[in-house]
Amino acid sequence: MSTDLAEAETRPGPSGRLSGGLLRLATCGSVDDGKSTLVGRLLYDTKSVLGDQLAAIEEVSRRRGQDAPDLALLTDGLRAEREQGITIDVAYRYFATHRRRFILADTPGHVQYTRNMVTGASTADLAVILVDARNGVVAQTMRHCAITALLRVPHVVLAVNKMDAVGYRESTFTAIADEFTARARELGAADAVAIPMSALAGDNVVEPSTRMDWYDGDTLLSHLEGVPLGADPTGKPLRLPVQYVIRQPSGDRGAVERWLAGQLASGVLRVGDPVTVQPAGATSTVVGLTVLGRETDTAWAPQSVAVRLADDIDIARGDVLAAGEAPVPLRRLTATVCHLDERPLRARQRVLLKHTTRTVPAVVEDITYRTDVAVARRLPCHDGLSANDIGGVRILTAEPLAVDDYAENKRTGSFLLIDPQDGSTLSAGMVDTGADDQQRP
Amino acid sequence: MTPVARAAAGAPTGPTGPKPPPAVSPLTHLETLEAEAAHIFREVAGEFDRSTLLFSGGKDSIVMLHVALKAFAPAPLPFPLLHVDTGHNFPEVLAYRDRIVARHDLRLDVASVQSYIDDGTLRERPDGTRNPLQTLPLLDAIRDGRFGAVFGGGRRDEEKARAKERVFSLRDQFGAWDPRRQRPELWQLYNGQHEPGEHVRVFPLSNWTELDVWQYIEHEGIELPEIYFAHRRKVFRRDGMWLAPGDWGGPRDREELCERQVRYRTVGDMSCTGAVDSSAATVQEVITEIAASRVTERGASRADDRLSEAAMEDRKREGYF
Repeated sequence: MSTDLAEAETRPGPSGRLSGGLLRLATCGSVDDGKSTLVGRLLYDTKSVLGDQLAAIEEVSRRRGQDAPDLALLTDGLRAEREQGITIDVAYRYFATHRRRFILADTPGHVQYTRNMVTGASTADLAVILVDARNGVVAQTMRHCAITALLRVPHVVLAVNKMDAVGYRESTFTAIADEFTARARELGAADAVAIPMSALAGDNVVEPSTRMDWYDGDTLLSHLEGVPLGADPTGKPLRLPVQYVIRQPSGDRGAVERWLAGQLASGVLRVGDPVTVQPAGATSTVVGLTVLGRETDTAWAPQSVAVRLADDIDIARGDVLAAGEAPVPLRRLTATVCHLDERPLRARQRVLLKHTTRTVPAVVEDITYRTDVAVARRLPCHDGLSANDIGGVRILTAEPLAVDDYAENKRTGSFLLIDPQDGSTLSAGMVDTGADDQQRP
Repeated sequence: MTPVARAAAGAPTGPTGPKPPPAVSPLTHLETLEAEAAHIFREVAGEFDRSTLLFSGGKDSIVMLHVALKAFAPAPLPFPLLHVDTGHNFPEVLAYRDRIVARHDLRLDVASVQSYIDDGTLRERPDGTRNPLQTLPLLDAIRDGRFGAVFGGGRRDEEKARAKERVFSLRDQFGAWDPRRQRPELWQLYNGQHEPGEHVRVFPLSNWTELDVWQYIEHEGIELPEIYFAHRRKVFRRDGMWLAPGDWGGPRDREELCERQVRYRTVGDMSCTGAVDSSAATVQEVITEIAASRVTERGASRADDRLSEAAMEDRKREGYF
């Protein structure tokens, strides 16, 4: 199949329409599991590496005394990464087959860069978790599994790599896959598809392996091409965070039409639909709808639209248009956060909270626990959350927010905590409206 | 029944009427990328008082402008354009730039590298390339315009240092990019907070590839400067690239002019932007050519990226895009 990829690419369909759409994936694995080699192999075997890039890595590999081009070099973009041979930051890679386009977030494996893995996984439809077949499931594997569960990544692939180093033995693969499946289930992660492979030798990444007759499943690439995209946002209640108000002069005498612009976070919107404006709770009806300037009757997530309402009510950036089961505006949030900053997050700390298009002052009332992600156990937390920690918080906001549960809606259930003094991003949060201690204002 | 009432009642309609909601999102990958880019433009317009869009007349900035115009339609763009003019631009591209500005009634600011050289603030480099000289006029224009956000057409697929770039890229008062100080960027929540003197470079086309850009140009019927299509031109060979002659300093001593059928894959300073041999005269032919090409856009046509393995990273650290 891969042999005709380059050829297929010369025949993009009308307007670039590929039946499979766009799949976002994140790769994670601990250091030396061969993650960079896997990503390099995926790019190389899908013919996404061009001649000059290949020549550059061949040159460096030769200088280092390696006889084959080191595919891992394709992914180390920074001087500091090349010098140390490790991945520090998320890098985004793009490749395509004749069926689908892919955006790959290549995330670092080091424990100290867990936050960067969280970054890459936040938008992923699928996570590839790598293990080294010689070492099997290790603490870092379960940490990555716990994070995919926490972020509710819809699909997981367990890539059992370096099968060449264990004689391509089925029993080794089965034992690892079984252990992972059992522990992943305890963490609440999506069911994983396990694939035995050798990124170095090219087994089952793009090309089916001839050395593992006992395996009759998909290669990694054919699985990526066929897996359904993440949760369908059009099947959920309507949410349209207002980003910007477009004013258009209308008729004479200085009349102005107001269009509320934003990207549909979820749901389908039609002209004639009744909507509620949150958090104020006013209601109106959609009388005008455009998708990037083009008039239409219907729009669906994730289109960027502009809406005109029947009533001239006060609406600004930060409000959310909702329909169906509307979110109840809250000032007290219970949430799970991943702390990203070097400075710890402490109880009673003042922050800014950015939720959809609204940024409000807030205070961290309490840090309720810290999660040991390797075993998914909640520990008491007394001295705040350190960088890369995941924990529970209760937050009081200055204004009510129309939040959804993160499990129901990633876009309206997620937020950032920001340092009000220097503007840095402190933590990433996921709202848990189902928590026992949830309080209404 | 009015169209509105009919849509609300969900009555069956003809081919021009409203369609029932799809079972799955019917967006093509281009529509997904376009919706995402529009979201980014609107976030900036909502969060920043003053911003500007870098416009060179190259295809990425043209596509960026096209999406921006759609994002704020029917109102005009809420920000001006900024062109950093190296003084060695292709005349066809400058003519295109002025045509587009007039057509959409846009405001264009020009930061001129030539005037910095004329008054002695900048010195011409021995190799004649002016790309590195753009940084100072750019930073001055950002400071003088008090822009909090500056849109750039950079794409992560262009280069390995760019692959590490955020959509919202915080720059210090020197415009410098520090890869270790980048803010984590989760979901579609972009943090635009910055301190006085700092600004944010914003890349709405981060997730687009060269092929996406061309397919979008085809789909939207976007006009481009003619040098993107095959034409006969006098060129000469330097460092393995076909360069166009000009006042900028070419050809030199033993470099010989010849006429070839070429086109440009990128458009930048004439001293470092190479032409590629090509017979692709239409957008469709260009798409076919790129898809089959075994050389990256930058590898094929940018001399400045060949200076060292980390050329782009180093320039970004200095305040370049």
